[in-house]
Amino acid sequence: MVHLVTAVIKPHRLEEVKAALGDMGVAGMTITEVKGHGRQGGHTETYRGAEYTIDLIPKVKIEVVVDTSDADKVVDAIVNAAKTGKIGDGKVWVTAVDRLVRIRTGERDAEAV
Amino acid sequence: MAPSSTLTPLPEGSPIRRRFPLSRTRLAAGLAVATTVLLTAGVAYAQEAEAPPAPTMEQVNSTVTTIAQRTNLLWIVIGAALVIFMQAGFALVETGFCRAKHAAHVVSTNFAIFGLGFVAFFLVGYSFMFGGASYAPVVAPGSPALDYGFSEAVGGPLIGSGNWTFLWQGGWAGSWFDASSPEKLALSGAIAGFFLYMVAFMDTTATIPTGSMAERWKWKSFVLWGLFCGAIYYPLFGAWTWGGGWLAKLGDSMGWGNGYVDFAGSGIVHAMGGAAALSGAIVLGPRLGKFGKDGKPRALPGHHIPMAMLGTFILLFGWFGFNAASTFAAMDSQFALVAANTAIAAAFGGVVGMAWIWIRTGKPDPAMMANGMLAGLVAITAPCAFVDPWAAMLIGIVAGVVVIEAVFLIERKGKIDDPVGAISVHGVNGIWGVLAVGIFANGKYGVDALGPGIGWNGTTSQVVDGSAPGVTGILYGGTGGGQLMAQVAGALTIIIVGVGLSFAFFKIQNALTKGGIRSEEADEVAGLDLPEMGVLAYPEFVGAGDSYPDVDAPAGTAKAREGAAT
Repeated sequence: MVHLVTAVIKPHRLEEVKAALGDMGVAGMTITEVKGHGRQGGHTETYRGAEYTIDLIPKVKIEVVVDTSDADKVVDAIVNAAKTGKIGDGKVWVTAVDRLVRIRTGERDAEAV
Repeated sequence: MAPSSTLTPLPEGSPIRRRFPLSRTRLAAGLAVATTVLLTAGVAYAQEAEAPPAPTMEQVNSTVTTIAQRTNLLWIVIGAALVIFMQAGFALVETGFCRAKHAAHVVSTNFAIFGLGFVAFFLVGYSFMFGGASYAPVVAPGSPALDYGFSEAVGGPLIGSGNWTFLWQGGWAGSWFDASSPEKLALSGAIAGFFLYMVAFMDTTATIPTGSMAERWKWKSFVLWGLFCGAIYYPLFGAWTWGGGWLAKLGDSMGWGNGYVDFAGSGIVHAMGGAAALSGAIVLGPRLGKFGKDGKPRALPGHHIPMAMLGTFILLFGWFGFNAASTFAAMDSQFALVAANTAIAAAFGGVVGMAWIWIRTGKPDPAMMANGMLAGLVAITAPCAFVDPWAAMLIGIVAGVVVIEAVFLIERKGKIDDPVGAISVHGVNGIWGVLAVGIFANGKYGVDALGPGIGWNGTTSQVVDGSAPGVTGILYGGTGGGQLMAQVAGALTIIIVGVGLSFAFFKIQNALTKGGIRSEEADEVAGLDLPEMGVLAYPEFVGAGDSYPDVDAPAGTAKAREGAAT
């Protein structure tokens, strides 16, 4: 069985998360620059005295496909590495993956991790 | 060295220039030093070989005069180059404070205005402003040698006479240039230097409205403004003031100090530009989405703050030419005080602007810091030669507060959209600078400015004990009360005539132009770069202009953009 771990984190925590995943032997990952907001819905700034809202804040999305037995450890590693304790630290979620294929060799599922 | 046949030695007390003479004591000291050096050299030379006879005192005087005149002229040409470089500053400030989707349009208006205003000023504007006075009014007929030996007027008043001249004529399209003899050629060269300096000032006025009218001004309508400003708008008030017209003569006609005094153009250049910026912004109306349905202003942040800040520094750099070279004479060491006062007001304006916006909104907004520094520069431009450094500091401090409150007032109460703050920086603080002359001028500069008993602007009616007083503000008594009256008269004239004339121009142009002078709504939403200019400022950046959402953008925004792109 294979699971997909997806995390949306603060961009400046990316290096720590990459290092933590590397230390535990995670071989690959996909990084995307994204924008979004959570519960507090962005924040207000002023420009030339007029207010405006920045409601979508830049974040980094990390996607890692792992063997199901490793999923919890990977989640913990990401949470520990990405945590600052302040608003906007992001989220991690895990979803089941139906199929996984390594394109070069045709290996499937757990072998393809 | 043979004495130049084109130049006459300066007799004691000759009217050296319109604004300020070489002080006679300073000139005498310079002559003495130079004479000593030359004579000593001659003696040393004579000891080594059978030498020609030592130069006569007359030859030495003539040589020193030539050197002084050439150096003064060089200072003007250097100043002109510095002021022309300010166009780069304006281009960067205005483009940086606008959105990416309009960047090619905004920067192009700032680029094109240099040539548009220039050709109109060269063909007719310069003649309207200075035609009767060549480059400087002759206050003592028959007296030789203003700064460069030039004393002949090339034309005369077109409208008005005596103290009430409104427009000049003569010397159209550079016809003052005369190479028929070495004397005439030298004189023409001096006028050419003066023309170059003055055309650079005109271009500053012309480019100010491109800021307040940015992001929604049709290109063809903008082109007409450039020509109008260079030909009529700027030279009109210029003829009344630097051209020696009725405002400059208020000292003699009304007994008001030395008449309207504006050393480097807080009023003539900046407030007149700000007046047109106000009219243009009103006629165009605010940018789409600038005001919400509740009438509250929305922020439309500029796309390139570092660009705008660099532009501000370039303006500061160019301003030293704007103000310091307005002594028109490197022999007039007052230029160093002028330069220092300019920097003092800029520094205090910038610091106070930073602090004031920090207090008012909680963040030291870079755009307002830049506006604060420029406000200090605009305000010190008229008084820079007449005030002590402490007054330059006060003028800058007031400017830093005034510019921010003016932005708030114009936007929140006036519902006028000025993307870069041009009205507040140049208009409001230009008026402040004009009034500051009448308050803080210390009376030390401009004593007998054009000769014994002939003061600034050629004023002769204020003479006390055979001496024309310097420019004096109300804090220093003397002619100060009258001086403040003259400054108020100038400020009111700018507000009434400057705003009135430019408002009429834009209104009439709006009525006569098919679809008006404002760009099409769809073009404005898409960004003016492609529809107006045919090229994007940033083609490689996906969604340039979408980094910040268009608040209240009309429905069909995406479609409009698509249509413009295909």
